Amino acid sequence: MKRKLITLLIILVCFLLESSVFHRLSFASVKPNLLIVVTSSFGFMRGKKEGMFVGFSAGLLADLFWGNALGFNMLLYAVIGYMNGSFKRMFYDDDVKLPIVLIGASELVYGLSTYACVYMLQGDFAFFSYLFGIILPELVYTILVTLILYQIILHINKKLEAEEQRSASKFV
Amino acid sequence: MKNKSQSSFSSKYWLIIISVVCVILLGIERFTDGGGPLRFIAGYTVIPMQEGISYVGRFMSDLSDNFETLDEMKKANEKLQSKVDELTTDNTRLRQEQYELERLRELYKLDENYSDYEKIGAHVIANNGSNWFATFTIDKGTLDGVKVDSNVLAGSGLVGIVTEVGPNYAQVRSIIDDASNVSAMMLSTSDTCMVRGDLELMSDGRLHFEKLPNNDNVVEPGEQVVTSHVSSRFLQGLFIGYVSDIDVDANNLTRSGYITPAVDFSKLQEVLVITTTKQEMTGGEDAGEGE
Repeated sequence: MKRKLITLLIILVCFLLESSVFHRLSFASVKPNLLIVVTSSFGFMRGKKEGMFVGFSAGLLADLFWGNALGFNMLLYAVIGYMNGSFKRMFYDDDVKLPIVLIGASELVYGLSTYACVYMLQGDFAFFSYLFGIILPELVYTILVTLILYQIILHINKKLEAEEQRSASKFV
Repeated sequence: MKNKSQSSFSSKYWLIIISVVCVILLGIERFTDGGGPLRFIAGYTVIPMQEGISYVGRFMSDLSDNFETLDEMKKANEKLQSKVDELTTDNTRLRQEQYELERLRELYKLDENYSDYEKIGAHVIANNGSNWFATFTIDKGTLDGVKVDSNVLAGSGLVGIVTEVGPNYAQVRSIIDDASNVSAMMLSTSDTCMVRGDLELMSDGRLHFEKLPNNDNVVEPGEQVVTSHVSSRFLQGLFIGYVSDIDVDANNLTRSGYITPAVDFSKLQEVLVITTTKQEMTGGEDAGEGE
């Protein structure tokens, strides 16, 4: 229960930060994508199911407030969370390379599919200008933010896991 | 081992459920408009938080403004004073013309006065968090008389149009958004054109215009562009910006180019919402026509 609440709180805080504070911190009018960082890191830290639900909730918020159609971001984020979940076996706490690669890849998938589903279907084929104007700058900025945000999420997760283990051993 | 395969089966199962739910939602969205109960709940939970954060943000920026040095303030004051003088002379001249206009209007019995629409002020409380759209949320909704298709201004220029409205918030699509199309006209020649937002131009805050007839009327950079009389959603005569570039298209029939908007979209804090929509003004018979 506590874990669920805290997870929800992390998603909400990232959502609020992204729509208010990071709008002012944008470089070259590009903002980092915090929701992808959260979804992806819960995916490979906690497994497919939790990654999927975190992605689902993040996508719900994004759809309600930023998107055009309810459901598109939900599906996209849920699938990204699920994909990241399958890397749980390869994940170790002290390794920072895998998280960065995974988050980067998720961000790339997010950017490319948003372009394909929203702009390409409208008949807008200026792919490279989107790639170099939005997708890649967003990727770089997101990875920079990951270096900090990921450590915070990791720390919170470690604490929660330690607490869960303690309370589990108490009842044995 | 058995336990493991079971859990991976169940997560696959969940993935399928979630995908189906999303696809159904997308389908529903296609046939109805608005998010229904979910948007309603979100309006009462997330919006107050966004309001809180934006309030803190405004407070902080006010605080940092207070630290501006006296010297800068003096310089700004001088500049503003000269501007006031300039505007006062302008104003008297314009007022004279206004009287003249009113008299002529009375003569022509033109009772439609486009210049004083009823407006309400609103704060921008959240921006779009993704880099793909240029929409933002304001803290006024149906309770304050904001409706879908209400036009939104900042300073003197057009900012956008309300696309979605809740009891205490409204979603505004800026005119620099890729999905935005505004029917506009050149102020001096009254030639109509389409002003389109473009994701590539969004970063430098410019707009693209097209379909301006290639006739004898000379349009030069610096020309003012306003919303046109044929637009079905935008009220007539709202200022959009200045022409910065103009070229004759390859077909030799139309001209296109770029517009520098009158509003700085990167620093929007307060906006004005016009509570009368164009449909109401024209009697609503052309509601639902294309954008």
